[in-house]
Amino acid sequence: MSKKVPEEEYQKTFSGKFRQWMDGTKDPFLGTVEMKKQESFQETPQKKEEREQDKKRLTERVYDIGNNLELKIFQRFYRVFSALFCIFLVVMLLMAVSDLPPFGHEENPVNNEVAARYIEKGLEETGAVNIVTGMILDYRAFDTLGESHVLFIATCTVLILLRVDKKDDREVHETNDRIHEPKNDMILQTVARILVPPILIFGIYIILAGHLGPGGGFSGGAVIGAGLILYLNAFGFARTEKFFTAKTYRRMSFAALACYSVAKSYSFYTGANHIESVIPLGTPGTILSSGLILILNICVGIVVAGTMYTFYVMFRKGNY
Amino acid sequence: MTAFKCILLIFLVVCAIAASLSKKLLNTILIFMSYSLIMSIIWILLESPDLAITEAAVGAGVTTVLFLVTLKKINAIIKKEETEGEKSDEQKGS
Repeated sequence: MSKKVPEEEYQKTFSGKFRQWMDGTKDPFLGTVEMKKQESFQETPQKKEEREQDKKRLTERVYDIGNNLELKIFQRFYRVFSALFCIFLVVMLLMAVSDLPPFGHEENPVNNEVAARYIEKGLEETGAVNIVTGMILDYRAFDTLGESHVLFIATCTVLILLRVDKKDDREVHETNDRIHEPKNDMILQTVARILVPPILIFGIYIILAGHLGPGGGFSGGAVIGAGLILYLNAFGFARTEKFFTAKTYRRMSFAALACYSVAKSYSFYTGANHIESVIPLGTPGTILSSGLILILNICVGIVVAGTMYTFYVMFRKGNY
Repeated sequence: MTAFKCILLIFLVVCAIAASLSKKLLNTILIFMSYSLIMSIIWILLESPDLAITEAAVGAGVTTVLFLVTLKKINAIIKKEETEGEKSDEQKGS
């Protein structure tokens, strides 16, 4: 049971001070601050009537509930059917899950000769210390090629949907974009100046060391993209457009995807015809090793970084 | 370690439920971001640092930023100054 403490005493305790600080009545730097209580939301009767009339009009004129029998039946059965469908789906999925083999059992279909081969011969055949990278960029590089293209297609779709082409509209969008924002915010710029270089370097490290440790093209590219977004937020479009425009993005992703396709076509060709590949695998553990994986990682990283940044710019402004 | 894992998993479930139940869209996005951060720690505990890096960069970073930009575009984040300005205008008018 809590004891009721008098108001003055309560304000001297820690929780009381914390409460005051949370409410904003007492600031450690400014001292006591006068606070105005926020008014609770109250709807005037006139507005309430208007709202109800709007609703009534909507049901009567647009949907015509009184005469539209079809809609009436549909509305009634829609809820029942949606609930039934949800239950059906849940039951079906639960049944499918209950049919799965027990977790971690040694005779599961997952533990077949494919996984064993990856583990036994992965280092020897791909030259990558990180077995995951060896798998996704060597044994299953075709999947990753598809993924990169999916990302590129997603960017194209965003460009088609959100791009603003007319020059007048463009200016309106640009002025609207930064309306509520503090321009040249000191704190953000200082933090960005300190943080952006390590973020970019960390992203490059993740890409380049993808075959040696955890990481790879996708994660490194995402980190670089996030760093670029932070830089853009702090310094505005004028600074980023010096080095990153639509043209840069187009050329960059085209070059990366083409490079990926050519490199992988070569290894598919040699593999299918049982020709010995010319590319040396190198000693495992050094940075210049594991054949094509390093190049493929860089390609994927470039595509992903460009895609992340382009998404953000398209959402913000509609053009570069 | 097990206790730590349990706490993280409980947080995960709480975040998932809170994200779907919270009324304000901004809060939903922030809760979703914390969900991603917790998830990335869980990925590290499950010994897959690759996924942890990706989750932290994409889930907590880029997705959140894109959501926030979208909210700003549809004017779902209402600024304090604006409402105060409107109020003072109303007071002047009356």
